[in-house]
Amino acid sequence: MSPRTSRSARAGQYVALLGYLVFLAFPFLWLISTAFKPARELGSLHPTWIPEHPTLDNFRKAFDEQPLLQAASNSLIAALCAAIVAVLIATPMAYVMARHRSRLSTATTGWVVVSQAFPFVLLIIPLFLVLKNLHLINTLWGLIMVYVVWALPFALWMLVGYVRAVPAEVEEAASVDGAGRLRTLVSVTAPLLAPGIVATALFAFITAWNEFFFALVLLKTPEKQTLPVVLTHFIGAEGAADLGPLAAAAFLATLPSLVVFAIIQRRITGSMLAGAVKS
Amino acid sequence: MTLASATVRSGRHGPSGSPHDKQTRPVNRNAGTWFLVLPALIPILILSVGPLLYGIALAFTDAQSGRTRSTQWVGGLNFQDLLHDALFWDSFRIGLLWAVGVTVPQFVLALGLALLLNQNLRMRWLARALAIIPWAMPEVVVGIMWRLVYNPDAGILNETIRDLGLGDGRDWLTGLATALPAVVVVGVWAGMPQTTVALLAGLQNTPHELHEAAALDGAGAWRRFRTVTWPVLRPVALSITALNFIWNFNSFALVYVLTNGGPGGRTRLPMLFAYEEAFRYGQFGYAAAMGCVMVAVISVILAVYLVGRLRGGEDR
Repeated sequence: MSPRTSRSARAGQYVALLGYLVFLAFPFLWLISTAFKPARELGSLHPTWIPEHPTLDNFRKAFDEQPLLQAASNSLIAALCAAIVAVLIATPMAYVMARHRSRLSTATTGWVVVSQAFPFVLLIIPLFLVLKNLHLINTLWGLIMVYVVWALPFALWMLVGYVRAVPAEVEEAASVDGAGRLRTLVSVTAPLLAPGIVATALFAFITAWNEFFFALVLLKTPEKQTLPVVLTHFIGAEGAADLGPLAAAAFLATLPSLVVFAIIQRRITGSMLAGAVKS
Repeated sequence: MTLASATVRSGRHGPSGSPHDKQTRPVNRNAGTWFLVLPALIPILILSVGPLLYGIALAFTDAQSGRTRSTQWVGGLNFQDLLHDALFWDSFRIGLLWAVGVTVPQFVLALGLALLLNQNLRMRWLARALAIIPWAMPEVVVGIMWRLVYNPDAGILNETIRDLGLGDGRDWLTGLATALPAVVVVGVWAGMPQTTVALLAGLQNTPHELHEAAALDGAGAWRRFRTVTWPVLRPVALSITALNFIWNFNSFALVYVLTNGGPGGRTRLPMLFAYEEAFRYGQFGYAAAMGCVMVAVISVILAVYLVGRLRGGEDR
């Protein structure tokens, strides 16, 4: 901040920031407000910001109308499995990519970039056919397989950054002391990488928890579907919806992501920047 | 950072390392490398690269959902049909309109917010915290949330319009003229925070001394931005804009929830169109051809971006 900024410029900055705050916050506040309103207030022609008689009815109705618990547990299983498997297989590969320059790591980096740009429809049709032949349509296992591969590009990207941040001298010191390659990796490098690995797993978890398109195509019956797909059932065929339960369910579905994201936000920012700036 | 790791790497091949070491290492390294790489590489090949190629091949067949066994090779027929499919080109046009309409304001607003957050302002932490919300939310929830905002009777938007005495408001998402702009606003809202955070991180790379020196030289805010901030920010800005454009062009969930392509196809993005073609009408080959056309367009954009980036590299 330069000392020359005048008072009026400062005031202008605060006004602009306030504008941003309102724009960012108001839809979310409206969602919360709607979720806690009784049916009578939702039907009123003059909706208010703050519910006059706040109620939990909408949450109860939401659970009655749709299999939310089942959906949440499906989402949880899919996201947890995808995150764990993705990180387990991505970490060793990221290690190799970070420590050795080879044609393989160049090709993988290229694939990471390309996979960010791909219209999923071109991927989902063949995947649908393959999974159908394997009888994995309408199963969580099929979806998890897809999520693992889907989470890999960004996971690799993040992890390569974390591995590079571990100085190679640390490993050399261990190998001078007579530790083998694998032992060096497990006992020296892995502990230093742990925070990065956790952050990557959490990010993969949210990505899978929030995912909609693959789940919509691959899961057919309500008892198999994940939370985002079940949420769309609250919106009727004609677009009419029972607003209260819709808001309540949507609010609940967001909470896990928000909590996890708040924890890892800083780390993601760092690796995103690294990805954007470095070649 | 790149420089530092390069130094470390060259240090490894330095004076240390006995002759014995040199003989055994390459063999070990290769074996170990494959052992480490295969667990990720095999799924990538089977579930990503393979389907991708399969998908491109499908575009040249008449594959349909019911009868994948008797699929015939039809050459460029799907692409010929696409060429004459007015509905597809409509959706393509809408897709480009949407991608530009979202990406540009997203960037401008995000740059403004990033510059503000880079100042020493009091509500900075709150804005940072709020910026997390749209980023972390499932797209489906973002869509639902904005449906509640846009709701003609019970929504806050029309109520605000009524309160301000600007009329009765309208049914934003089902109006022929308002649907696309209404959806674009949601797209901007949903993607702005991510862009902001990336730009903010880029801003924090700007050397502070340069700013102060420029200020002492009497450079105004705009000149300081142009001569000091922008050159540093440019690569980040370019990357994030190219990626945003591609992501937006490929987006699905948001619009699926908000309008499902309606009214009358006014918000039917290419992905929605291809999805319907594939999974409602079972035209796998035709939908795959649409995907290929989308890839072609995206490749052009990526190429432009890469060239721009290489140029940026030469400048430095």
